[in-house]
Amino acid sequence: MAYISQQLLNMLQLGSIYAVIALGYTMVYGVLSLINFAHGDIFMVGAFLCFIAAGKLHMPFVPVILVAVAGTALLGVGVERFAYRPLRDAPKVSAIITALGVGVFIENFTLALSPYPRHVPEILPVVNWNFSGLTVSSIQVLIVALSIGLMVVLDFIVRKTSYGMAMRALSWDIKTLPLMGVPVNTIVALTFAIGAGFGGAAGTMYAMAFPVIDPYMGIMIGWKAFIAAVVGGIGNIRGAMLGGYILGAVETLATVALPSTYRDFVAFTLLLILLVFRPNGILGVPKTIKV
Amino acid sequence: MPRLYGSALILALLLLGCTKADENTIQIGVIAELTGDIPAVGASCKNAAEMAVKAVNTAGGIDIGGKKYTIKLQVEDSAGRAEQAASAAQKLITRDKVIAVIGPNASSGAIPASEIAETSKVPMISPWSTNPKTTIDPRTGKQKSYVFRACYMDSFQGSVLAAFAMGHLKAKRAATLYDVTSEVLKGQAEVFKRTLEEKGGTITGVETYTAGNKDFTVQMTKIKNDNPELIFLPTYYSDVPLQVRQAKMLGIEVPILGSDAWGSHDLLALCGKDCEGYFFSSHFSANSTAPGVKKFVDDYKAIYGSIPDDVAALTYDSFGILFEAMKKSAKPASEDIKNAIQKITGFQGVTGNITFHEGSGDPEKSVVILQIKDGEFKWFADIKP
Repeated sequence: MAYISQQLLNMLQLGSIYAVIALGYTMVYGVLSLINFAHGDIFMVGAFLCFIAAGKLHMPFVPVILVAVAGTALLGVGVERFAYRPLRDAPKVSAIITALGVGVFIENFTLALSPYPRHVPEILPVVNWNFSGLTVSSIQVLIVALSIGLMVVLDFIVRKTSYGMAMRALSWDIKTLPLMGVPVNTIVALTFAIGAGFGGAAGTMYAMAFPVIDPYMGIMIGWKAFIAAVVGGIGNIRGAMLGGYILGAVETLATVALPSTYRDFVAFTLLLILLVFRPNGILGVPKTIKV
Repeated sequence: MPRLYGSALILALLLLGCTKADENTIQIGVIAELTGDIPAVGASCKNAAEMAVKAVNTAGGIDIGGKKYTIKLQVEDSAGRAEQAASAAQKLITRDKVIAVIGPNASSGAIPASEIAETSKVPMISPWSTNPKTTIDPRTGKQKSYVFRACYMDSFQGSVLAAFAMGHLKAKRAATLYDVTSEVLKGQAEVFKRTLEEKGGTITGVETYTAGNKDFTVQMTKIKNDNPELIFLPTYYSDVPLQVRQAKMLGIEVPILGSDAWGSHDLLALCGKDCEGYFFSSHFSANSTAPGVKKFVDDYKAIYGSIPDDVAALTYDSFGILFEAMKKSAKPASEDIKNAIQKITGFQGVTGNITFHEGSGDPEKSVVILQIKDGEFKWFADIKP
């Protein structure tokens, strides 16, 4: 029993991190139909900012997470302004190649500054609680709670505020929206800031749970979060959250039931099968092009 | 006519370029993992190589057949990747015309590079590659004649560790976790499992992951559920701290045993207090009392400000073996050097007494067991074959 609940907890922790990163992909795709492949590396930058703030400047938890979120949000806005905006009217393929290039640039920039794996010191004291065999650490509780909190706030922003309404309108029709007096560039920048800021928050949480960071850490987790976003239905915010938890669950179950070598193989096969039956993801709606 | 002059000029320049790598200089290539997953390994290798070469050059060069030569190093980065290691070996041999290659350190790079050294007939010594395939051609099962290593092999290391686990740590039930993308770590885990089972022990679980993974909680939960007496963790120093920490978070209290992949001083900084008390096998101990070790450690510390690790010591010994062989050669030719390395017996290196046997690139030497104690690597035992 303790074993099963322990694995359920592992599932929840992994799923929360995937969900928060997947939100960054899905928001950008929602407004611009652009797959921001640099997002995994923005997550990595978040982890490095956490390392600098906590390890070098010895800040406490709240400023650390603020530094990481603000830093990555700025980075996200900068990337949009200088790499994606000039290509907004170019073919989609050019924008995707640019996104890949931005990712490689961020990785190698970090690599040039620090190729070594870095140890992130403990920001909050870790407490382990034991419930008859089930071990719960304070970091796991923090990650799950913070992720759910962030997602609730985002869901509120998108559904209830005027900025959120503008974002949803933007994903509907980017050509007509300026005619209604909506400042498109501001809304796009805001979307990037929120998406990248979520990446930074995920990077901080990840660095706290797994405190050895390196410049390549964003690649694999970025891909997985992207897949989570696709499974949930890319462009759909609740879908990204759902996709994150589904991927976390499938990966954990595959490791539990089978030799751990098969984990990614089984997880991705199941996801491919799912996409055969639901090509737009679980909550995605097919886009129809009117002639 | 002007075209002819032009060609002549180019030809002259080319000839000038050739003669510039003159007859009094010998080029030696180094392939190190300067970037990639294990940059600390590459840095140590480069440091020790530069130190070894500088010592020879300041002493007036190396004496081969009654003539003094100065040594020039050519360092290439393998980025810890197989294909880049192979292209670095190709570049050093064909463009720089090196007389011998030291490196790559990781087996993943050393195996492809060794193929190139063998076919080009250039001696290669890998300081740190413990996989059998580096010196043995897996297709024919024959020993490669130009490829050597300065360290012992995985099979030996795995069996010594299994014996240590059962004998000293009194653990009969063990679990392992390793990176399935690394051939060397997989080899260590397999030999450990085989030896432990031959000696009457049980392996409760074999868990794996792929490089770049940082979340091992699922695997560790499985391991905990099987209730082993020991965890064998043949994983690289950059992964060890996370695995140990996650094991502790889940309340796993059993001892953890590592392999030579732990042997980087970065481990101490990355691990903090989490790795205290654990054992791992090593090639070298900086606080060993063997002759020559103290001078090597002091010199290294004076130049680079840190204590040399396994890779630094093995690279230093690789150069020691190479220089010893060069001195015994009649002329600076790859063929002569290869023959001389095969005849080395009782070479007193900083990693122990090294002997090569005719027809094998694998040395005979002992395994050092270290313990992490008070934030330092402490010598624990020397286990001879």
